[in-house]
Amino acid sequence: MATPIEDRGYVHPDVLVSTDWVEQHVNDPNVRVIESNEDTLLYASGHVPGAVHVDWTTDLNDQIRRDYITREGFEALMSKIGATNDTTVVFYGDKNNWWACYAFWVFQLFGHTKAKVMDGGRLKWDKEKRAMSRDVPSYAKTKYSAKDRLDAPHRAYRDDVQAHLRTQGQLVDVRSPEEYAGTRMHMPDYPNEGALRGGHIPGAKSVPWAKAINPDEGTFKSAADLKKLYLEDNQLSPDKATIAYCRIGERSSHTWFALKYLLGFKNIRNYDGSWTEWGNMVGVPIEK
Amino acid sequence: MLEKLQQLTDTFQMFDPADRTDMLLGYADQFKEVPPEIATRPFAKSHQVPQCESDAYVWARKHPDGTMKYYFAVENPSGISAKALAAILDKTLSGLPASEIATVSCDIVEKIFRQNISMGKGMGLMAMVQAVQALAKAAASNP
Repeated sequence: MATPIEDRGYVHPDVLVSTDWVEQHVNDPNVRVIESNEDTLLYASGHVPGAVHVDWTTDLNDQIRRDYITREGFEALMSKIGATNDTTVVFYGDKNNWWACYAFWVFQLFGHTKAKVMDGGRLKWDKEKRAMSRDVPSYAKTKYSAKDRLDAPHRAYRDDVQAHLRTQGQLVDVRSPEEYAGTRMHMPDYPNEGALRGGHIPGAKSVPWAKAINPDEGTFKSAADLKKLYLEDNQLSPDKATIAYCRIGERSSHTWFALKYLLGFKNIRNYDGSWTEWGNMVGVPIEK
Repeated sequence: MLEKLQQLTDTFQMFDPADRTDMLLGYADQFKEVPPEIATRPFAKSHQVPQCESDAYVWARKHPDGTMKYYFAVENPSGISAKALAAILDKTLSGLPASEIATVSCDIVEKIFRQNISMGKGMGLMAMVQAVQALAKAAASNP
């Protein structure tokens, strides 16, 4: 049996909730459970009863610019899923909450801090044979008032990464070792999305994102295990400014979540331009 | 040539995203796993579809009249797309001559799944079609 979240030594354990907690709150009007997956068929095939679907491509991304939705777009999304400024949103999804963490991260750009992730995600819920439903819930539209998107505390742009390089800030490359080494330009079994060069941003430490997870149930490892991984084995300091990146910022939002909330990194940002930008950009250095 | 498959892809292309999702789920629900007289666990790696993260397997049997029958297994419980495609391939290709099935194109994956094709799934689903095609080619060249 997994160690309870509150006993795992996390700096901010309140951002994680258990499957038990979610089951007890599926009818809580102050809680909105949100499923975010890579596989868009999964939600329709069965989800936590009462959960709404937020799709990372159509709901969170601007459909023209490579950027996230605007304040107005976020307000419309929150209204659509029946969430108010006081609603606690709880994310879960496939691939060990990879996309759930990504959605969580986007919500932080709008300052919706009443947000949590269901530890273990869809995998754990499914393994525990908890109820799943194909009914798509309908909630009354709300009047949500969002702040303007504030990227700076959570999101790094390419210029931020270049400035970070000049000050020798910490970088974490969360892709596979082959992508880090430049021998592969894409994730194993994924399409090559066209980076011109393979390798990594100079000085980046290679810590594949899934190392933070217990693979059998998709839960986050304990703080002690995470400290060994990030602080001891890879010599990262929670007190130094840190930027995580991957290919488009989805895997690295998972690492961003672990470092920021579970280990308490004080200044951690996600570079969502990631290798699809850096690996194509003119004039920037890379290492292999 | 591949008339049933063509009709099905045409139908998918007429549907809006919500209906397409429902239709795919309907096929996934019809998925039938390979029967024990064909294969039992642990399944032979030689039947595993490469690049498919849903851990899909495919087998084929050639009937005396030269037609094919396909069987599938999808080990990942979240492999909804793989199950849907397996059901579609079985319903539209089983019963056809191997030489005809050998002409199947991976383009059907995009036509069927459209916006439902996620980043990781596309490669694996196309690999399923390629595996079906490879079995047909092998059967066709082995009278």
